[in-house]
Formats: sequence, structure tokens, C-alpha cells
Amino acid sequence: MSEKQILSVDDIRRAITRIAHEVAERNEGVRSVVLVGIRRRGVPLAQRIATALADFEGERVPVGTLDITLYRDDLGLRGPAPVVRSTSIPLDITGRTVVLVDDVLYTGRTVRAALDALADLGRPARIQLAVLIDRGHRELPIRADFVGKNVPTASDERIETRLSEVDGSDDGVFIVRE
Amino acid sequence: MTTLTNTTVAASPATNSQSSPPRRRHVLDLDDFSRDEIIEILETTASMKEVLSRPIKQVPALRGTTVVNMFFEDSTRTRISFELAAKALSANVVAMTSKGSSVEKGESLIDTVRTLQALGANIIVMRHGESGAPYLVAQHFHGSVLNAGDGRHAHPTQALLDLFTINERLGRVEGLKVVIVGDIVHSRVARSNLWGLTAMGAQVTLCAPPTLLGPAALWTATWPNVTISHSLDACVAGADVIMTLRLQKERQEAGLLPSLREYSRVFGVNAARVKRAAPHCLVMHPGPMNEGVEIMPDVATSRQSVIETQVTNGVAVRMALMYRLAEVS
Repeated sequence: MSEKQILSVDDIRRAITRIAHEVAERNEGVRSVVLVGIRRRGVPLAQRIATALADFEGERVPVGTLDITLYRDDLGLRGPAPVVRSTSIPLDITGRTVVLVDDVLYTGRTVRAALDALADLGRPARIQLAVLIDRGHRELPIRADFVGKNVPTASDERIETRLSEVDGSDDGVFIVRE
Repeated sequence: MTTLTNTTVAASPATNSQSSPPRRRHVLDLDDFSRDEIIEILETTASMKEVLSRPIKQVPALRGTTVVNMFFEDSTRTRISFELAAKALSANVVAMTSKGSSVEKGESLIDTVRTLQALGANIIVMRHGESGAPYLVAQHFHGSVLNAGDGRHAHPTQALLDLFTINERLGRVEGLKVVIVGDIVHSRVARSNLWGLTAMGAQVTLCAPPTLLGPAALWTATWPNVTISHSLDACVAGADVIMTLRLQKERQEAGLLPSLREYSRVFGVNAARVKRAAPHCLVMHPGPMNEGVEIMPDVATSRQSVIETQVTNGVAVRMALMYRLAEVS
């Protein structure tokens, strides 16, 4: 097994600051924006983007948590059913701009499930997608609006994101080859 | 405005890992559930309860799965609860009762199950008057069987919804003093709750007249830490939960009770008895109630009664179990 670091603590911090600026620029401020992190690592990333936005926009945007387990398309195909966690979105998303946040964009199936889940929770004015890493290999017509870093990968490689809030270790993104 | 709240279940090993739970094919009783598996189901139940609080109370998890509700005994809450749970997960649900089916023409249980299998059933939810009937069905069915109550043997979903309700209200199950009172010897609810409550570390007292309890060894041989009592007044002192069981009127006709009035006076849950329990004590009943017999109407509707919450939580618990079974169907 080999492991290569592609983003350091500072790289992640800079990427989040840039994404926050792009979110504010694209939406002409953050008045209608709601950040929704996809469990699990999208959640701390959404929190960090909200903190960065508060720094330069002076406004705290609401942050929600989305669990997409019950919307997966592979239940029963890949062994035991994954544990279902709670979804918690602090306000009605109808009419708002929802920015979905996840750590890695790969096949697009997680995002597809997240879009279905959001549709059941309300009717947002628009949905945008922010990811820390886009590693390619899409299986669905889905693209990200805000990307921390594009990383070309082989399909036998794995992207591992470590975030202090979830993993209890230093931040970092790695390419792992089994 | 929609507020979706996060309900948390007492800290557990399951919260720390994303790892998948072990596979489970059937839910027949709680005797083969570990503490960890129960905790995982209670956590999933909290997530399912959040789904039920949404404006659109439906998720696609079980799309394409066929659930057959096979009820050979009358039931309102359990049958409707299972049906709503299956629908909230987007499963196809078909209801079958013995009345109006080929069972009336004499088709055997095994042949009925084979027929349902040939028709594409993935999960059979089964209520039957004979203890053990779901076990027989499980041997002849390639999908999953969910026991919705068999004879006087087991009612695992009732026990899990009771555990969920206790944990939700009191924040834990471990160490709680739980009194189960009523017609215990005939009760599948009591038996399944004994497995669940003892696995979770509660202290259980069984309280009933000797004719409705049977020999003490019947219970202590399997659950050595269970306390036996014939005095409700004595055993409710300091209780955290009083679980009342339905008294079937036939018991009196069978000579097991001198009279319903006497039973009610000695073993009925009334306000004075609830007062002797802990101030936060929960009053539970699996339904349907005989108000004025095993429970007084003022207690049933009091602030300490969680009887309606039990019914509401039943849907979420059954969703959690069906989701867990869907992976193998």
C-alpha cells in the first residue's frame, strides 16, 4: 500500500477560503444561501465554509446535515445495509440557494441521492455543489460548481480525506494505492 | 418552516464507527439480539423518526421490495403500524388475513407461504395465534420473516418500541427499575421485553397473581436476575417504569381470577400506586387497554403515560427493522 499526500493542512484551509469567496461571488452575497454538508466529511467542511463566509461577509449562514443512506441506489448490492444517521436542516430550504458540500466527488451517485433527498425536504430556488476534491470517473451527468482541487486518479486508487473534527488527526488529503 | 431535529440515543460503540452492522435475516424474537445490535436499531429508529417528522414522510430505501402483512389474529395498531412503516420506506405492501384467503379453504400455512414466495414476497410480517408459527414459516421462506406476535411466545417489535420509548424519555435503560404487571404467563409482550430489558441492563420485576405468573422458576431459570412479586403496592416503590399488560377477559372465565373487580383493586395501575413510584416514572401499556381493569382512565391519560408515544414510535422501530432486513431480501 502506498500513500501520497495531495493536500496539506494549509492547502485545505486556502481551498476552503477560496470556495467561500466563490460562493459569495456567484450568489451576490450570502443572503439566501444555506450550506448543507453530506455526512460525514461534508459536514465539517460546510461548517468551515460557513466560518470563512462569516469572516468576510459578516453574516452567519445556516448549516445543515444530510444523511443520504435511505436514498442510495445500491441497497442490498454491496452487503450489509449502511447505518442510517439523522438528517438535520435548521430551516425550510424552499426558495433558498442550497450549497451541497462533500469531500470527494467521484461517480456522482452520492450527489444524485442528495438531490433526491433535498427534493423531499422542500423546493430550493437552486442547488449548487462544492467539493474539496474532484477525482473524475463520473457515472452520472453531474458536475461541481466549486472545486478545491481537481485530481486525476486511476479507479484502483482511493482518495482519503482526513479532517480533525471527524478523524481526530491533522487535516490532509491522500491518494492511497492498495 | 420545517425544523428537523436530531434525536440522539445514549452513547454507544456504534456511534463511533461507520462500519456496517452484521447481516440479519429474520426478526423472530429478541433472544438472539446483542446489546450492541439493539443500540444500533434504536439509533436507526431515531433517524426513521426524523423521516416521519418531515412534510414528505417517505424515503425510497425499500423501492421494489414486496412486504406481505400476514395477520391471522386481529390487530389494529400493529398491522397499521407495519403497513405505514413499509410505505414510508416505499415498499410495495400487500395485506393478507386468514379471512377471505385460501386459508379458509384449508390451505396449510406452509403452502400459503410458498404461494406468497411464488408471488414475489421479500418480507413476510406475521401475526399468528400459535407460538412458533413464524419459525415454521422462516424455514420454508427464502426471504425474511418479521414476527408481529406469535401466541404467548414473542412480540419483538413491541419490546423494541418499548425500549426506544424508555430510552427517549429517560435517556437510558441500564439500571432502571422496570415493573411489568398483569397477565404475564400468557404475555408475548412480557417475554420479549424480558429479553430486551435484561440485555440492556434494566432491573425487571414481574408482578402478578400466582395464577397469571406460573411457577417462579419458569422465569428465573432463563432470567436469573428477575424479581418476582405478588404485591403491586410493594414493588412499584421507586419504579422508573410501570409496564401494564392487557388482561384478557377470558382469563376470568377460565377461573384464573375470582373477579375483574378484585383484580383491578389489587393489580390495577391507579394514581395512588403511580405516586409511590419515582416522580419521573413512565406508565406504559402495549394496548389495547381495558380501562378500569388493569389501568385506570386517569392514569392512562396522565402526563406520565407514554401509551400514545409508544404507538407513534412503533412505526419508526418497524421501519428500522425492515430496512435492516432489506439487505438480504
